[in-house]
Amino acid sequence: MIRESTIMKIHYATALGSVALVVIHILFRFTQNFHDSLKFENVLINYSLLPYSILLELILILISIHGFNGLRIILLELNQGKNYETLVTYSCLASMIALITYGSRTILMASMGMI
Amino acid sequence: MAAIKIPANNRNIANEIVDRPKNKILFRVAKFNPRVDTHTKYVDYDIEYDHWNTVLDALLTIKHNLDPSLALRYSCRQAACGSCGMIINGKPALACFTKINELGSDLVKIEPMSNFPILRDLAVDFTQMFDAHKKLKPYIIRSDSEISSSDETKEFIQDPSSVEKYIQFANCIKCGLCNSACPTMATDSLFFGPQALTQAYRYLTDSRDQGKNTRLKIIDDRHGIWRCHFAGSCSKVCPKGVDPAMGIQFLRGYLLGFRD
Repeated sequence: MIRESTIMKIHYATALGSVALVVIHILFRFTQNFHDSLKFENVLINYSLLPYSILLELILILISIHGFNGLRIILLELNQGKNYETLVTYSCLASMIALITYGSRTILMASMGMI
Repeated sequence: MAAIKIPANNRNIANEIVDRPKNKILFRVAKFNPRVDTHTKYVDYDIEYDHWNTVLDALLTIKHNLDPSLALRYSCRQAACGSCGMIINGKPALACFTKINELGSDLVKIEPMSNFPILRDLAVDFTQMFDAHKKLKPYIIRSDSEISSSDETKEFIQDPSSVEKYIQFANCIKCGLCNSACPTMATDSLFFGPQALTQAYRYLTDSRDQGKNTRLKIIDDRHGIWRCHFAGSCSKVCPKGVDPAMGIQFLRGYLLGFRD
C-alpha cells in the first residue's frame, strides 16, 4: 500500500503541474482570435501539432490523477469503514485509468487525423 | 466561609455594589438523554446575574435552584481543567471562561460540544479524543532514562530556545473545543483531530524526545494529518492560545520534507 504522504505529494505535485500546463494551454487560445480558436476545425489542427498533443495528454493525466484522488479524499471523509474505503479507493483508481485511457484514445485519434 | 471585613470608609461603595439591581437574561439550554430522548429539546430559564458572573455560574444557578437534573461537567472554574467546554451562542467555549456580560446578547443558547457523543445534556463523551491522544504517544520517547540501574540519576537539560519551540503547544488542557470546532471531525469519525495532532507536534519538537519517526508513521494515515483542511477554526476557539492549526501545518512540513 502506498503511504498517504506519498499520495499527497503526488496530489500537490499534480496540482502545481496542472496549473502550469493549463496556463500554456490557455495562452494557446491567444494565438488567434479567441472565438476562432475554439472552432472545431481549429481545435483539430491543434492536435496535429505533436508538442501540443503531448501537452494535452499531460494535462489529462495530471488532472485525472489530481481529480480522482481529490474525489477519493472527499468520499473517505464522508463515510468510514474498511469495505467502503477499499471500494472507494479502487473505484477511483479504476475510473482514473478509464478516463485516461479514453482521453488518450481521443487525443491519439485526433492527432492521427482519424476524426 | 471566609468573612471579609470592609473598612468603614468603603462601606457605602460595597453596599452600592451589593444593592445594584441585577441584570436579567434568558438561558436556553439543550437537554438530551440518549437513553430516553429521540431529539434534543431546549429549556428556557430566566436568570439574574451580576456583571462578573460567568456562563458556568449561571448554569450552576440553574442546576442548584431551577433544574437539578441538568447534567454538565465542570471542575476548576478557572480555565485550567478543560472540563466545561460547550457551545455558547453557537461558538465552542469554556463556560467558566465566558462572562455573560461579554456575550452582548439577551439570549444565551447553550448546547453540548459538537463532534462528540452526548452522554447527557451538556456532558459529552471524551473517549475518542483521549484514544486518539494516547495513540500518538503523548510522552517523551527515549532509549535511556533519567533513572539508571545504579543510584545515580541524570538530567536531560534543555536551553530556553529548545523550550520555546514547543511550550505554546504544551499549554493544551484537553478541553476538546478544537475538536468540536473542526469541520473534518464533523464527518470523519476516524480523524485524529487537532488536539491529538498538536500534541504529536509538541512531543516531536521536544529536544529530549527520540520518537519522531514513530509518531510521523502514526499520523501518516488515511485519516491522519492529511485530512486537515486548514480551516483554522481550532485555533480560533482555543482558550489557551495553543494554535493547533499552526502546529498541524508545522507537523505536515516534516512529512513533506521541509523540516528535519
